[in-house]
Amino acid sequence: MAPTLPDLLRRPHMKREMEKRRMTKPRIAIFDFGCCEGCQLQIVNLEEELLDLVGLVDVVSWREAMTGHSDEYDIAFVEGSITREAEMERLKGIRQNAKVLVALGACAHIGGINCLKNFFEMDEVLKYVYGKEAKHFDTIPARPLSAVVPVDYAVPGCPIDRKEFLEVVKALLLGKKPPIPNYPVCVECKMKGNICVFEKGMTCLGPVTRAGCGAICPTYGNKCEGCRGLVDDPNLDSYKEVLQEHGLTVEQMLNSFRMFDGYMEVAK
Amino acid sequence: MKDGKINVHYVTRVEGHGNIVVDLKGGAIKELRWEIPEAPRFFEAMVRGRSYADAPHITSRICGICSIGHTVASLQGIEAALGVQPSEQTVLLRKLILHAETVQSHTLHVFYLAAPDFLGVNSVIPLATTHKEELLRAVRLHRLANEWSDLIGGRTTHPINMVVNGWTRLPTPDELRALRQRLTEAIPDLEAWVEIFKTLDIPDFERETEYLALQRDDEYAFYNGVIASTDGGTTPVPRYREKIKEFVVPYSTAKHAKAARESFMVGALARFNNNYEQLSPLARWAAEEMGLKPVCYNPFMNNVAQLVEVAHCLEDGVRIINELLAMGIKEEDRSVEIKGGTGVGATEVPRGLLIHEYTVDDSGTIAGANFTIPTNMNHNNIERDLKALVPTVVDKSQEEITLTLEMLVRAYDPCISCSTHLLNVEFV
Repeated sequence: MAPTLPDLLRRPHMKREMEKRRMTKPRIAIFDFGCCEGCQLQIVNLEEELLDLVGLVDVVSWREAMTGHSDEYDIAFVEGSITREAEMERLKGIRQNAKVLVALGACAHIGGINCLKNFFEMDEVLKYVYGKEAKHFDTIPARPLSAVVPVDYAVPGCPIDRKEFLEVVKALLLGKKPPIPNYPVCVECKMKGNICVFEKGMTCLGPVTRAGCGAICPTYGNKCEGCRGLVDDPNLDSYKEVLQEHGLTVEQMLNSFRMFDGYMEVAK
Repeated sequence: MKDGKINVHYVTRVEGHGNIVVDLKGGAIKELRWEIPEAPRFFEAMVRGRSYADAPHITSRICGICSIGHTVASLQGIEAALGVQPSEQTVLLRKLILHAETVQSHTLHVFYLAAPDFLGVNSVIPLATTHKEELLRAVRLHRLANEWSDLIGGRTTHPINMVVNGWTRLPTPDELRALRQRLTEAIPDLEAWVEIFKTLDIPDFERETEYLALQRDDEYAFYNGVIASTDGGTTPVPRYREKIKEFVVPYSTAKHAKAARESFMVGALARFNNNYEQLSPLARWAAEEMGLKPVCYNPFMNNVAQLVEVAHCLEDGVRIINELLAMGIKEEDRSVEIKGGTGVGATEVPRGLLIHEYTVDDSGTIAGANFTIPTNMNHNNIERDLKALVPTVVDKSQEEITLTLEMLVRAYDPCISCSTHLLNVEFV
């Protein structure tokens, strides 16, 4: 049986490999902006594997899990989207300090759920939630990190997949490009032997959404909601045919798409 | 430290961003603020125009830790608005997955975020060497809770298969039997931590306040009920606005709240104080061992109440599984007749009472929403506790005062991402 990732991380092999490449323990920092912090929670949820991982790196800043902070870090993992003017400066500071900047999860990667707000006027949104106190608050249309600074890599998903996060960390420790799939969720869904979601009468985003989640939503009886963003070259013509075949409209598809990928639509 | 300033810019080991600002003069508080500089996210505005069916999946993203609780409250609110009555099986499975989340969140908080304070370290990481066996027990309990959520809801955070009027995937009887076995086997890990907590030095501080929690006749309430108060009286959930008054204070972004008095508390201690009699035998044993009795006015004991609830959820989880197995798991009709209306859902999530209210139109589109979040309800009480706590520790060093104040905030297990509010704050 092939060794699993946690096995690999635990093995002396990883340490030797890092020594061979004359790598010192990389210094890691984890930050967040507008989000639910669920992606950081997936890191905590690595349980024992997290304890192994912290043996290979130095975690120098992680407000959610530790007291203490340093601006000296090599890799910054950043969760959340940018939703306020002041956050842009903070993110630029992180970008300056970090050799590698990784977007953690849909909010940071593609804007995510926060961009549902962008389909309204900001003033109206403020008034709806805060009423006459709205003047005390400020907000801008939500955007992914890449709208503000260059981003080196992304761990997609809402939330991120723990195993995929470990894959990305392992690749970064070895100085390699993280292995994020560039084929649609449909591929993984077929491999799982699931009944096609379209056959159940739902609007599925699986044909154009980046795989890597193991088609977890269709596997649990629901539809793909597109939280991992589009593949690099989505086959939109064939997708439109599938929609037509099942009596669905492009509008219905776009409406589904807005849940996590609305930033793209508004930015166009 | 009789004179000087304390400025904790971001209390660490809490979910989200909060600051403590204190200015002391001659041992008296000149200024004290519990500030919430968290980015606001406007979920109530965002759900408008979406289908009723999207609400649970959108609002689950309010909070990574209590995504299951938000999903349940959202489903309840939407179902109430549409006039849908979910089946007994649907409700039992929701109660079962709520228990998983309560164990997940409480163990995360008690073991990973709060315990380092009591054991004198800055995070859970050093405990891997100093308290290896205890930490492994904690990790096992936390992992169990996560795998429990995975099994019932498809994933630990942001459940997949929970939909209006049912589930898109049901657990099999074999899966439920295996889970039941694991819940039973986890009890020694819980018992070991009760023994540890017995020996910990928990700050002796009391401030009388009001405690609000859901209450039911038939069980320790997590799913639905009436809103009960330790000051007496109950309020039906649909009339929650009459009991809970939310208001905005000039310097804080998070809405504050009050009920019968100037402030109140929700969460594990509030549930314990209101519903102690309905706890499972194991939970009552744990409370007795750790010296927790109702009504307890020490907010630091919220950590202990959380551990008591872990015991309850493990034991009650077994009861729910037995009931489900006796009924037999079966596929059910999930179809919904769309009829516009307004509805309110109420769930006890790890940090306390959570309310989702929706108005849905006749096409099934959401026209309006209001969410009342537990941490928002607690902000006012946290600040008043801090004001009462400072004079009792004013003779200590700045470092010790700071740590005590941070521990108090952490005891509430605030979930500030949930609060979704912000103001530009001028620091003193």
